[in-house]
Amino acid sequence: MPPDSQPATVVVPDSRTAAAPGLLELFIAFAKMSLAGFGGVLVFARRAIVDRYRWMTADEFNETFALCHFLPGPNIVNLAVVFGSRIRGMAGSVAAFTGLIAPPFLIVTALAMIYARYGDVPVLRRILDGVSCAAAGLLLAVTLRMMLPLLKRRDPVALVFLVAVFIAVGLLRWPLPQVLLVAVPSSIAVAWLGRNRVSP
Amino acid sequence: MMLAGSLLGLALAFGWLSLFAVGGAAAAIPEIHRLAVDVNHWMTDTQFADAYAISQLSPGPNVLIVSLVGYKVAGILGALVATVAMCGPTAALAFTVSRILHHAGNSPWPALIQKALVPVSIGLMAASGLVIAMTADRTIVSAGVTIVAAWVAFATRLNPLWLLVAGGCLGFIGLT
Repeated sequence: MPPDSQPATVVVPDSRTAAAPGLLELFIAFAKMSLAGFGGVLVFARRAIVDRYRWMTADEFNETFALCHFLPGPNIVNLAVVFGSRIRGMAGSVAAFTGLIAPPFLIVTALAMIYARYGDVPVLRRILDGVSCAAAGLLLAVTLRMMLPLLKRRDPVALVFLVAVFIAVGLLRWPLPQVLLVAVPSSIAVAWLGRNRVSP
Repeated sequence: MMLAGSLLGLALAFGWLSLFAVGGAAAAIPEIHRLAVDVNHWMTDTQFADAYAISQLSPGPNVLIVSLVGYKVAGILGALVATVAMCGPTAALAFTVSRILHHAGNSPWPALIQKALVPVSIGLMAASGLVIAMTADRTIVSAGVTIVAAWVAFATRLNPLWLLVAGGCLGFIGLT
């Protein structure tokens, strides 16, 4: 689950980085991270890229992740593409992307086949219901964890945006594009105004 | 012909949606649910909750829930098309932007935009939590399981997989 979306915190003081990996190495490394990543791949990606292979320093990793986090789309997929491109250009992007996606895609598709066939068997039905309940709880917990720093900073403007988006998308079930087309520009405008107030 | 139509529908729906997936796949859950259940009637609430549960039970990025939606619509091809549509356009965007930023030096805008997006994406995550809880919890007891799981996951560093297993066991004995 979405530690994918949590900001980076681990700092490794060592600034040495190793030689750049080849395409096959990239593919295998990302496949390994992805297959280890139950409940989100980011933690495993950081561990592999920064600690184990030393392909990036912690700062470089944080900077790359920040970029991927502000772009739309699955963060970890963006990270694989950007990382691959910085190491080996377009081919590196493709290698990292397929390594990240292809192996778990095969697993998920196999599970989908099993589900399509046996999804109505009562025992399986009951187990899946139980797993769903727990999965919902995990998502709520991750959300709460991400919310804490915001609550601690007592940033009323940020909380207004948070609550407004929650109500529009979660309760009113308005379409996401329309909500974002209003929320994102206004949030950026407010951040920009706030910045000017502090910096002169 | 039918198949081609379904695949096109999947490609358009997820390709368009991916451009608005601010804060990652988990934040896009309400919109995926809206498209798959409410708008296109590709699956029921229960099937959506199951798809989410299965995506959490398997390794890999959370975005693979769209593979399960795609499979439900059009089999293996559907899974492939949904996954590529959800990842491809934004991957191309990330590739392009990272190239440009690499050459453009330090602009204040990425940091500013990132700061502005934080409350928006957390609001979306909260909405995701609500949507998943509403589809998964049909009884008081199952809502209780969700709350306990949320508390344990919040208060401890227990591997989330154990909580899913525990939920499965409770379901197996017929509690949820």
